[in-house]
Amino acid sequence: MDSYDTRGSTPRHSASSRLKDYFIGATPLQKRLESVRKQTSFIPTPPRRKIPQCSRLQEDNDPQKVAFLLHKQWTLYSLTPLYKFSYTNLKEYSRLLSAFIAAEKQKGLAVEVGEDFNIKVTFSTLLGMKGTQRDSEAFLVQILSKSQLPSENREHKVLWTGWFCCIFGDSLLETVSEDFTCVPLFLANGAETNTAIVGTWFQKTFDCYFSPLAINAFNLSWMAAMWTACKMDQYMAATEFLWSVPCSPQSLDISYAIHPEDAKALWDSVHKTPGEVTQEEVDLFMDCLYSHFHRHFKIHLSATRLVRVSTSVASAHTDGKIKCLWNCPDGMEFKKDLEEKRRW
Amino acid sequence: MLKEDCASELKVFSFFSHLARSLPLPSNMNRPRIDLIMFVVNLHSKYSLRNVEESLRHVDATFFLGKVGFLATGAGRESHCSVHRSTVVRLARTYRSPLLFCDPEVDGFRVPVAQRLVRMLQICAGHVPGVSALNLLSLLRSSENPTLEDL
Repeated sequence: MDSYDTRGSTPRHSASSRLKDYFIGATPLQKRLESVRKQTSFIPTPPRRKIPQCSRLQEDNDPQKVAFLLHKQWTLYSLTPLYKFSYTNLKEYSRLLSAFIAAEKQKGLAVEVGEDFNIKVTFSTLLGMKGTQRDSEAFLVQILSKSQLPSENREHKVLWTGWFCCIFGDSLLETVSEDFTCVPLFLANGAETNTAIVGTWFQKTFDCYFSPLAINAFNLSWMAAMWTACKMDQYMAATEFLWSVPCSPQSLDISYAIHPEDAKALWDSVHKTPGEVTQEEVDLFMDCLYSHFHRHFKIHLSATRLVRVSTSVASAHTDGKIKCLWNCPDGMEFKKDLEEKRRW
Repeated sequence: MLKEDCASELKVFSFFSHLARSLPLPSNMNRPRIDLIMFVVNLHSKYSLRNVEESLRHVDATFFLGKVGFLATGAGRESHCSVHRSTVVRLARTYRSPLLFCDPEVDGFRVPVAQRLVRMLQICAGHVPGVSALNLLSLLRSSENPTLEDL
């Protein structure tokens, strides 16, 4: 994601001719190189995306479990494949992680009087949170506090939630060997300290690496278009955009709210092919908004940076924070987008 | 900043660079012959891309034989990009012109890019014997994106 060409392909030339000499079979590393080379020799943007038809999400998922994922703000991280992770050992992992968290908290800087160290960690699988059969099963980690109340009223308060998923990770799966589990997207809700502790444990146990996932303006505009395209019976909130104007000394924020039905009407007038969303349609949708704004305020929004998009379906912020408001099958498409973008 | 680096590279020849927000340039001014046009696209701003696309229409066709280039800035800060990198790649391909990436804020990148621009300019101005702008263009084009069979 961080590398880019400054010199065309000259350095790649010599490197790849050397590599070719070592081609004796298709090990995972070579498969990975092949796929990277395939990606870089063509223009990589997929100009169109298929909106998945009512996917298996509807069949397998437990509506109660999925419902709790809504209306929470999730911070996104990108995760490298987990080494030797097994879905059968979830109880073991819960135990180990509880012990780790307790140990970490006890060696913390300040011990508050009355703080409850009775922390329980649960690992559970989330069925149905995947795009294709090949994707790894999503799983959920929760940190609960054990209350001091008598056993009849024992209610566990959820302190922190995190879930790992893999949606449409086909191109990643084909280059990864058997020992690795690919769950490239991690979403966390709760205190930052807990996220850091859980992250450290995962990194030590499964030799993986977390990095915060930022969503750039290009992807935010795609999300805005795709969420506006969702068919909704009832709109809860207006469609809002937030732009940040880079100017000194302080940056200026411009917020633009549209009635959701108007946004949908605009999208319908722009959208041509059913079941597919193209780059041109997204650009046209955004350009209409920009030109409307320019007509009224004489400000070129296209020269500013889109920072936040909020619709009735979901909202996303460039710092990698998303919130799902409605469980719509099309809404899961954006998770696929996030994974794809991660790989640029 | 890029301008100063270019100027410091060229010691023997006199070098004029003119920065314009958009084309066409006003016709009432007397200016020396234009040897090279570099279109700068800021990947953080869609507006700059639109501007460049508009300005391209005002350029005479003969310039596209090696005297036009694209410079894309801001690719280093991926999280701020509103324009996808492949959009500029496609643009450069459509106009059959070379594309350079540069982050003017980063010192290490500026100087090599300035050197490269100055070299291109010398060739386009005819100061390098044996190489013309069109030669340079065909050389640059053949080294872009080879297929696996060429390796």
